[in-house]
Amino acid sequence: MAEEKIIVLPGDKLDGPNLEVRGLGRNYATYKLGDEVYAALPGVLEVTEEKKIYIPLENVYIPKPGDIVIGIVVNVGLSYWTIDINAPYNAVLTAQEFLNRPFNPASESLSLYLVEGDYVIGKISSFDRFRSPFITLKGSEKFGKIVKGKVIEIKPSRIPRVIGKKRSMINMLMEESGCDITVGVNGRIHINCDNPHIEDIVTLAIKKIEAEAHTSGLTDRVRTFLKDKLSNS
Amino acid sequence: MKYGEKPQLIKEDGTRLDGRRPEEPRPIHMEVGVLENADGSALVSFGKTRVLAAVYGPREPIQKYMVLPDRAILRVRYHMAPFSTGERKSPAPSRREIELSKVIREALEPVVMTELYPRTMIDLFIEVLQADGGTRTTGVTAASLALADAGIAMRDLVSGVAIGKVNGKLVVDIDEVEDMYGEADMPVAMATRLGKVVLLQLNGVLSKEEFVKAMDMARKTLEAISEMQRKTLLEKYSKVLQS
Repeated sequence: MAEEKIIVLPGDKLDGPNLEVRGLGRNYATYKLGDEVYAALPGVLEVTEEKKIYIPLENVYIPKPGDIVIGIVVNVGLSYWTIDINAPYNAVLTAQEFLNRPFNPASESLSLYLVEGDYVIGKISSFDRFRSPFITLKGSEKFGKIVKGKVIEIKPSRIPRVIGKKRSMINMLMEESGCDITVGVNGRIHINCDNPHIEDIVTLAIKKIEAEAHTSGLTDRVRTFLKDKLSNS
Repeated sequence: MKYGEKPQLIKEDGTRLDGRRPEEPRPIHMEVGVLENADGSALVSFGKTRVLAAVYGPREPIQKYMVLPDRAILRVRYHMAPFSTGERKSPAPSRREIELSKVIREALEPVVMTELYPRTMIDLFIEVLQADGGTRTTGVTAASLALADAGIAMRDLVSGVAIGKVNGKLVVDIDEVEDMYGEADMPVAMATRLGKVVLLQLNGVLSKEEFVKAMDMARKTLEAISEMQRKTLLEKYSKVLQS
């Protein structure tokens, strides 16, 4: 496949009828001036014969409904928690959502359940330009407070690479290490292993993916790296 | 030359006090991603002038009353470090610094796509580490690199340079001495790809012809500076593509 990768910077023209914008999408990563489309973020443009694919290399995480995110509790309110989700907006997690029952702030306190600094995994249930994002804990048994393992943070623009095509990368990581890994699209990754030493090895592997994203043959290299480290431990 | 006496700014052979030709900028050095804690950062020096820029955000505004419902607010703080000048500068923000913060903010607002991040705030800190003339233009140059590094959507990069008139001659990128003894100082910043002037100030007097010529010199220099900014960012990302 004839493929050329070039780096584009804000203000560079991204012409061509078959332009595909990955990651954030057209509205956040490009802008239009007349009929021409221009890049607004530093990124990679992959030029093949049929189409052009523009992948931003730096971006701010913007929540959208359906995103699985890992958040940190920053404030305990009377009937909801404020959660930092590594986005320009703090998210809201209501007491009813967390406890799955009606909640009366007059008779009990939310700090019994989650306090500042606690990590939660959840899904963005609603967000638009006028209201803060809301987090729901329904939909997966993984959702809820994180009580074990470790959470690492990488650039949100590198998350698609950690997941890989059809989840190839993340499945490989889980198979090789035997850990449970949950990827939040906001750039936080939860690694849960039986052995803390393996957690550190997986962290190194993810940092390697972050540093070498957009190179080809990465899955195989990370597999070799993991095998090598795991056999030495 | 006696102390306090005006130096000969243009020598007989047509070169300037530091040996530059009239249309030659000082040696320019740029670096991005110099601060780990900031979302984006850049260090730019034009000769002895050295400026550090750091971007934080877009983030939740600290004071809720300042939010705008349709776009992000851009807060710019231009500040000169107490050790940046020959004589210690008081660290308190002066009238001049507050004004320059505003001027730089207004130079960046047209290119930053603030409408993408409503109800948030983008903080931009411009710290002059060493001042030798042209700090606001160096600051704008550093700021736009830091914004690109932070992943904030921008229409174009902004570059700045000051054109001056010394001994009746127009010169590019004036330094402290030329600014002090020269007849005019005109800082210009442009979004070169868009062909838009985003900052233009003038201290002193220029004739109409001189002004046109000065703008032409500024545009030529800024195109070169903009290419340098692009090269700096490209170098950072070319590592990503290798291997």
